Amino acid sequence: MDKFTVLDGIVAPLDKPNVDTDAIIPKQFLKSIRRTGFGPNLFDAWRYLDHGEPGKDCELRPLNPGFVLNQERYSGASILLARENFGCGSSREHAPWALLDYGFKAIIAPSFADIFFNNCFKNGILPIVLESRVVSDLFDRVLAEPGYHLMIDLPAQQVTTPDRQVYPFEVDAFRKECLVDGLDDIDLTLRHVESIRAYEARRRQEAPWLFQ
Amino acid sequence: MSALTLYDKLWQSHVVRSEKDGTALLYIDRHLVHEVTSPQAFEGLRLAGRKPWRLDANLAVADHNVPTTNRGDGIADPVSRLQIETLDRNCAEFGITEFRMNDVRQGIVHVIGPEQGATLPGMTVVCGDSHTSTHGAFAALAFGIGTSEVEHVLATQCLLTKKSKSMRVNVEGKLHPGVSAKDIALAVIGRIGTAGGTGFALEFAGQAIRALSMEGRMTLCNMAIEAGARAGMIGVDETTIAYLQNRPFSPRGALWDQAVANWRTLKSDVDARFDQEVSFDASQIRPHVSWGTSPEMVVTIDDCVPDPALEKDLVRRQAMENALVYMGLEANQPVSSIRIDKVFIGSCTNSRIEDLRVAAAVVKGRHVAKNIKQAMVVPGSGLVKRQAETEGLDRIFADAGFEWREPGCSMCLAMNADRLEPGERCASTSNRNFEGRQGAGGRTHLVSPQMAAAAAIAGHFTDLDVFQGNL
Repeated sequence: MDKFTVLDGIVAPLDKPNVDTDAIIPKQFLKSIRRTGFGPNLFDAWRYLDHGEPGKDCELRPLNPGFVLNQERYSGASILLARENFGCGSSREHAPWALLDYGFKAIIAPSFADIFFNNCFKNGILPIVLESRVVSDLFDRVLAEPGYHLMIDLPAQQVTTPDRQVYPFEVDAFRKECLVDGLDDIDLTLRHVESIRAYEARRRQEAPWLFQ
Repeated sequence: MSALTLYDKLWQSHVVRSEKDGTALLYIDRHLVHEVTSPQAFEGLRLAGRKPWRLDANLAVADHNVPTTNRGDGIADPVSRLQIETLDRNCAEFGITEFRMNDVRQGIVHVIGPEQGATLPGMTVVCGDSHTSTHGAFAALAFGIGTSEVEHVLATQCLLTKKSKSMRVNVEGKLHPGVSAKDIALAVIGRIGTAGGTGFALEFAGQAIRALSMEGRMTLCNMAIEAGARAGMIGVDETTIAYLQNRPFSPRGALWDQAVANWRTLKSDVDARFDQEVSFDASQIRPHVSWGTSPEMVVTIDDCVPDPALEKDLVRRQAMENALVYMGLEANQPVSSIRIDKVFIGSCTNSRIEDLRVAAAVVKGRHVAKNIKQAMVVPGSGLVKRQAETEGLDRIFADAGFEWREPGCSMCLAMNADRLEPGERCASTSNRNFEGRQGAGGRTHLVSPQMAAAAAIAGHFTDLDVFQGNL
């Protein structure tokens, strides 16, 4: 996993609450057995005017000019600004894979759905929770200023605006460490093989029906 | 020792070790695997040269992509076929038990786990699918995970996770006839919202919950995720134990007795404290119908489609307006005036034998309305299908004009050929009414099996009381 320390990037605003993972990456693209290549189909049903299917060349498809990510001013954006309950619905990790493949490395919202939030960390994406009021202010600024960008400093746990306003954010110490150091969860857990075996031995005594 | 919630008990009995910030290494007893969220996890194992930690903890089945007709011909869609063949190959290579497509035990992963007794009280159960919350009906700690975590569980039999807060949803009183667990679920989500349970593990309790069958409890816990909660659960009682006796994976003999004695402790202590409590009066719950594009956008059958103009919050008002446009509905339109094109009875929410029985009772001796282009019943598993056929339910449905299909996720998410066309409106017993969920441009109304059946006959949503009297 790539390390995440400091990110200075253009912000794209997605002004809808309850954006679900079906919207982030529609079901027809979940048939892939790979982890990559989902970027062109991110928000597929909103982004294109025609119906997308796996294998269709997205370069040749008609773009929906009304969809925010199709506006030139947000090209190259790496920070997505979103509303309440972002990423609700299905557990599909294809959603963070698609966001990452498109180029988003951080998402700022007033709240996230649990499974999506967790899946982001597993892929080096930083989901940041800021107060609703602050997020609304950021929406106003992004819409007012083309090229609006934010600086996200994970070690310092703060978001800084171009006019030097600083918003601190919370992140679990363990998740932060994994992201900053780009650590692999499985390697970390396998450092505790003995603890797992000891747990199993004890549990096998207590509840043998679980080990049939 | 202080009083514990069911969630506390399940959590404590599975912590292998903890980090300073409270992140725990949690042991996983049962890992259910399906074809959509596992291929990249198996590939990860292969690349790292790792093997599954404990083979007997895993059970695999293909459900999302499988066709529900003409299985003898194989899978027509080459992309779906590759995904299912990949699961078959991975399970064979790593030695994981899989119920293949033509096995009578094949079905929706959240139907077959309990049906096989592979889900037991006191277990931690995970699957790369958000509706894993279903298994909490058995006093298990069950939740959905992403593919990275699927790989993590395969490799280590553990997950890195933090404890959630606890919320008890009390449903006292008695449900009226024709009102089901699905209506409780939609009423709860309508009240607390799709993010109301975010960060919480829900426990459903109270007289109305104890009165539910295991099928009803599974329907309710299944939809905990639609309230934002990764896990929903219900304490053990005699209903739980009776359901599990003599299931293929259930313990037997002395081990059964030992297990049952342990399971009886799996409920919240009387004076346990929850971080939050919400209460409902079951006698006040009416049959629900979703009108919008989020499961919190629900009204009752005797109600009208809400008016965004009355919503004060601007972001919410905009979302309501968008939903009305997408759904092709007018504010203040009576719900019973909404005419439908298709009917889907199935999904991990409502495809179990009890669901099929109540739907069959409504359609028996009647026929679907002329405006219904397609009405289908997709049993949750091959064994549910066989049971229904033994009871003659397939004939009742077929005589009423329903298609009787093979088991799978089907039109709940339309990864196979079963889907809505743009603009088509469906009465669906599934769990999500998101834009495009049942097919691009499709319009989903979430309802109970009884309501879906009545809507199929009437051609529009209808109050079951009125319906039973009028036809």
